[in-house]
Amino acid sequence: MWRGFVASIPLWVGMLPFGVVIGVLSAAKGLSFLETALMTSIVFAGSAQLVALEMWADPAPILAATVATLVVNIRMAPMGAALAPWLDRLRGWRLWGSLATLVDHSFAMAIAEQRAGGRDAGYLLGNGIGIWISWVVTVLAGHLGGGLLQVPPGHPLFFASIAAFLSILVPLWRGARVDALPWVVAGLVALAAHRAGWPVPLPLLLGTFAGAGLGAWIEMRGRGAPGWK
Amino acid sequence: MDLRLDVLLAILGMAAVTYASRAGGYAVLRVVRPPPFVQALLRHLPGCLFMAYVTPPLLAGGAPVWAGAVVVVAVQIAVRNIGAAILGGVGVTWALHAALGLGG
Repeated sequence: MWRGFVASIPLWVGMLPFGVVIGVLSAAKGLSFLETALMTSIVFAGSAQLVALEMWADPAPILAATVATLVVNIRMAPMGAALAPWLDRLRGWRLWGSLATLVDHSFAMAIAEQRAGGRDAGYLLGNGIGIWISWVVTVLAGHLGGGLLQVPPGHPLFFASIAAFLSILVPLWRGARVDALPWVVAGLVALAAHRAGWPVPLPLLLGTFAGAGLGAWIEMRGRGAPGWK
Repeated sequence: MDLRLDVLLAILGMAAVTYASRAGGYAVLRVVRPPPFVQALLRHLPGCLFMAYVTPPLLAGGAPVWAGAVVVVAVQIAVRNIGAAILGGVGVTWALHAALGLGG
């Protein structure tokens, strides 16, 4: 477990700007320090928090934030299944705690460790705890700083949230043959729905499922499998 | 230091579906294999989601934002670090914004 924790330390620096963006945005959207701390520590998913905060309003969009979070985080479902060889050896809080701290980074490091022949299932939990601590600290620092600075809307600093999504997109790219068409369709459908003035999170959901549905349909056709009937 | 009920409910909803995604994947997908179409759809969701997210503000953004976007993608490809990519992109956007006299 300790080795996993130590392995997460280099990631902390990389996490800093992303965490600060979330913290500043939370402050700008009127979330109190306590509310920000609660969201960050129990949701603990940067891109989902970013999507939810972008559509945040007063009163809080309970249903929209929950649905958007589910769409962003459903990607983590196959991760737990992939890590089953390790997780099967854990019981009780170690099992469910390991799953609670599972994020893209700890998944990537744990899979690499697993493929290298690593047998310590605690590696995942140690890594996750390390990331969790640095995440909560950087978000709260961003909230305090954002509250002090009072960044006005339209400030170039807010480009940071678009930048965060763009940089997440880069490692997701699996090549033009698989992703080009679905990605373009997702963007265009979202744009059309946005221009038509449809309320959030409709443009996001329509674009996402139009693109992902098309991508899945193309894959099924290519495989000749009748799975899409 | 307040904690409003509507905010609390939204946070609890987000936390519940997030934990369900994390733990449910292990608990359910290990036992039941979803149909191939659903598996393919799940693999396509993240990329399409973020594309749907960034396209409207990117196209509305103007030259500083477009230049920043190019820098973000270039830095991410070069050093594979989200933090460095965000800093580079925001820096370029901010500098161009100021240079073009848009304030900030």
